[in-house]
Amino acid sequence: MAKKKIKNSFEEDLKRLEEISDLLENEDYGLDDSITLFEEGIKLSKLCISKLKNAELKISKLKTDLSETPFEMDEIQED
Amino acid sequence: MENQILTVSELTKEIKYSLEENFSRISVIGEISNFKSHISGHWYFNLKDSGAVINCTMWKGFNSQVYFTPADGMKVIVNGNLTVYPPRGNYQLDSRSMKPAGEGELQAAFEKLKQKLKSEGMFDEEIKKAIPAFPQRIGIVTAIGGAALKDMISVAARRFPLVELVISPSSVQGAGAADTIVNSIKQLNKRNDIDVIIVGRGGGSIEDLWPFNEEIVARVIYSSRIPVISAVGHEVDFTISDFVADLRAPTPSAAMELATPDINEVFGFLNEFLYNASTQIESVLETSSEGIKRFLNSYAIRYPLDQVRKNQQKIDHLTGYLVQNIEKKMLLYRSKLSVLNKTISVLDINNTLKRGFVLVKQNSKYITKAKQFIKNEDAELQFSDGEIII
Repeated sequence: MAKKKIKNSFEEDLKRLEEISDLLENEDYGLDDSITLFEEGIKLSKLCISKLKNAELKISKLKTDLSETPFEMDEIQED
Repeated sequence: MENQILTVSELTKEIKYSLEENFSRISVIGEISNFKSHISGHWYFNLKDSGAVINCTMWKGFNSQVYFTPADGMKVIVNGNLTVYPPRGNYQLDSRSMKPAGEGELQAAFEKLKQKLKSEGMFDEEIKKAIPAFPQRIGIVTAIGGAALKDMISVAARRFPLVELVISPSSVQGAGAADTIVNSIKQLNKRNDIDVIIVGRGGGSIEDLWPFNEEIVARVIYSSRIPVISAVGHEVDFTISDFVADLRAPTPSAAMELATPDINEVFGFLNEFLYNASTQIESVLETSSEGIKRFLNSYAIRYPLDQVRKNQQKIDHLTGYLVQNIEKKMLLYRSKLSVLNKTISVLDINNTLKRGFVLVKQNSKYITKAKQFIKNEDAELQFSDGEIII
């Protein structure tokens, strides 16, 4: 099964935001670069927030041949 | 019987008949030794006590009903039939079922396996893999119908719905459960997109939880490429899986909490970033604009401006001086001009004409000498008050 590589994982996005925050705090960073970083950071953080707000838990079930089938919640019975 | 001579086969046949007739469906208590699980799936072992030993077999079809894997030294109660094997002339207990002689037996087996695996370094902290903080996919090894799964799903949905759960179903209690757990963990390890595996089940008796005390389960967790969180039973239940796993969670819900970040904390981080970044960029802008002001007020910028102003003044001064001089000169020339005008008016030809002189013109040319005059040709005589032609 081919690995479905997401372009940028959520964790990578958060790491980048931390990095941007640190760079912005660095006073030696130029105005132009700072503004570019700021714009990138704002864009990224808004993307993350919308990802989180729109997230819906995905559940699948693994079969013996490694293929996945959708999981139905009513497969769980109350004990 | 005394005088009768029996062949070995006849004797053995008698023994077989007698023993199998009298010792069918018997229960025997004893300690297991020399236990071997053959590749065929059959079990071979001895039962012994301080005074005797008996060979035992347990065929695959029966031993698959035993929820635990026997180990040497474990005291068990075996139910079965005595059988005689004539070619070897021996007898053995053909076991049909087996159970521990008491709860202490399972506990003892547990301690023994724990010590064994520990001495192999399988519980060492240094080899434990880190649990990723932001998993994209979590593999779950548990029973499909269980409450544990339901709990884990609701925790994941609440804490970090960005994650994807991949369930690798297994049975979690009874005979054969250990094999399905092993298989499920192996299946998940065949994929390369699973960040962490949670192996577990809800609470139950020591028998229920036993699959998680099996050596094969411990070994597959140990060799799992993907980090494993073990979550078996309640807080008070400890299994071999818990010791060998990269992380032990007291319950399946707790395992999911350990495997996922809290969405509110992530929101907090993001909002804090937005606030901090804005503050930081404002201060960058402030610093830059101060720099510009400082630059504009600097000597380097002010000096040329001052020079320009100074020169401007000089130019203004010179221009004023120039204008003044020109005006003076103009005045001078004007008075000279009026004197000259007077002189010219004295010399004006008309005044001369008025005094009685005449200008003579022939062919539009002034005749100033007598020899220029041509007789019999028109001449134009100019008086002070007009011209006549003669």
